Amino acid sequence: MRATRGRWRTAAGLVLTGVMLFPVYWMVNVSFTREQDMRRSPPSLLPLHGTLDGYRSVLDRQLPYLGVSLIVGLGTVALTLLVATPAGYALAKLRPRGGGLLSFLLLIAQMIPGIIMAMGFYAVFLNVGVLNTIPGLIVADSTLAVPFAVLIFTAFMSGIPEELLQAARVDGAGTLRTFWSVVLPVSRNSVITVSLFAFLWAWSDFVFASTLDQGGAHQPITLGIYHYIGNNNQQWNAIMATAVIASIPAAVLLVIAQRYVAAGVTSGAVKH
Amino acid sequence: MDHATHASVAPPPAAGGRPDPARPRAGGRWEALRRAAAGQWAAWAFLAPVVVYLLVFYAYPLYRNVELSLRDYTVRSFVRGDAPFTGVANYADVLGDPAFGPALWHTVVFTLASLVFQFTIGLALAVFFVRNFPLSATLRALFLVPWLLPLIVSSSTWSWMLNSESGVVNAALAALGAEPVHWLTSPDWSLWSVIIANVWIGIPFNLVVLYSGLQAIDPAVYEAAELDGATGWRKFRHITFPLLRPVSAITLLLGLVYTLKVFDIIWIMTRGGPSGSSTTFATWSYRLGFGNLLPEFGRGAAVGNLLIVAALVFGLIYIRVQRRQALA
Repeated sequence: MRATRGRWRTAAGLVLTGVMLFPVYWMVNVSFTREQDMRRSPPSLLPLHGTLDGYRSVLDRQLPYLGVSLIVGLGTVALTLLVATPAGYALAKLRPRGGGLLSFLLLIAQMIPGIIMAMGFYAVFLNVGVLNTIPGLIVADSTLAVPFAVLIFTAFMSGIPEELLQAARVDGAGTLRTFWSVVLPVSRNSVITVSLFAFLWAWSDFVFASTLDQGGAHQPITLGIYHYIGNNNQQWNAIMATAVIASIPAAVLLVIAQRYVAAGVTSGAVKH
Repeated sequence: MDHATHASVAPPPAAGGRPDPARPRAGGRWEALRRAAAGQWAAWAFLAPVVVYLLVFYAYPLYRNVELSLRDYTVRSFVRGDAPFTGVANYADVLGDPAFGPALWHTVVFTLASLVFQFTIGLALAVFFVRNFPLSATLRALFLVPWLLPLIVSSSTWSWMLNSESGVVNAALAALGAEPVHWLTSPDWSLWSVIIANVWIGIPFNLVVLYSGLQAIDPAVYEAAELDGATGWRKFRHITFPLLRPVSAITLLLGLVYTLKVFDIIWIMTRGGPSGSSTTFATWSYRLGFGNLLPEFGRGAAVGNLLIVAALVFGLIYIRVQRRQALA
């Protein structure tokens, strides 16, 4: 009786998940569709005459874009960790005066619309001369992740047992040593979580890319897809193939860090 | 937040026989004060990078943005550095613009409709998933996919699905005998198209947060209600919904702040068109600053700053609600 009820629920769950993920399936389906079948009515539900043409165009044209996104993503991760790990440790364990105000400002910082940051950055970058450069894009993209990262590190590091830090102190380690050889190794999981999110957001960013790197020689994959859509409305298999490739980091994140993703969301500090 | 991640920490070595460093020695009041001051120094030394970062990469661009909105900026003035100060003229311009009313209305409709649908569907799914069944964890994980995909990916996929002639959505409608809908090209439907895509992207977030809220409800409450003969819907109405209210408030407020900011989805799918029918404050601001041949940074920044005020008002409400719940 109970078992059958469970099985019914599983069946219902499969249907719901199927409906929810249909657009993802459709993206994959279209990416394998032949040019001449693209405008068929009704569209075929399976890529029966599958072709790799779409993926060939990706390899022909989009590889440089993917490379730029990779560099920007890794740079964003590095900058985010550099700024956020010591801050998380201080807020969690060192009881700074004014720490509450700082946490409050970080919460507020996450609510600022990206388009507004983009305009400010545009003005600043134009004067400094880093418009249309990769370092400029890394700086802008890191603003997506830093407030979130500090809040996550604070939450995680608050859970480190006080005795552990005491023991390090007794052994004669200074604050910096304690941070480097005790706190960071113990926080490895939160470092992974934050790195994955920082990378994903930098990889997915469109607002900063389209405002601060529109005329750049090195553009990220989001702009690659965007120009594709703008230029040729016919080659949807190539557009969707690029989209599939651009989704790989998200898939990796889901497989590797599913538990941390949920933890990150529920910490109430996640942005869209 | 689960602290299970620290469960693997080895127990600290016992500090047997050594003086406890946390307790100042008798008569060491100065010593304690000195140590407290040193502690503060250390704390702020660790915070220095983030403080500098916030000042340089948040405060300064924001300040520049406010300054943009108070001057008459064009690309030429950026280069030559002569933008006449115009005070609140940009704001007056924007408020008096015929596009202002529609943009406000679209922003309100987009935000409220997105919130209502993604919250309701997310809650229904959370209730469905909270009763564990075979495969439930895997399926719940799969539901995160739309939320993790780059927005350009989801937006372009929806664009193609909603294509008037070759889209799968109209093909499905035709199979049901309905007329094709010009989702992205008719002013009547464009706003609803971007709402549909945005709801799809927002459901996972609502599902995850509400699911964790449901898990925190003590099963004993349900058992007691069952003894009193309460059934499915009544249990939901009288137990689940009231007990979930704090989490619901947080979810909705966060959703509100994030939905106000939505730009990518709308811009990629419709560019705010046709003829402004899906223009919200976020896309209008972008169009003024970056979307035309002749950028009007002053007015774009002014629209953006109006948006920031709205986002911050709700953001502050969110923080207050969250604080009050933390105390409760």
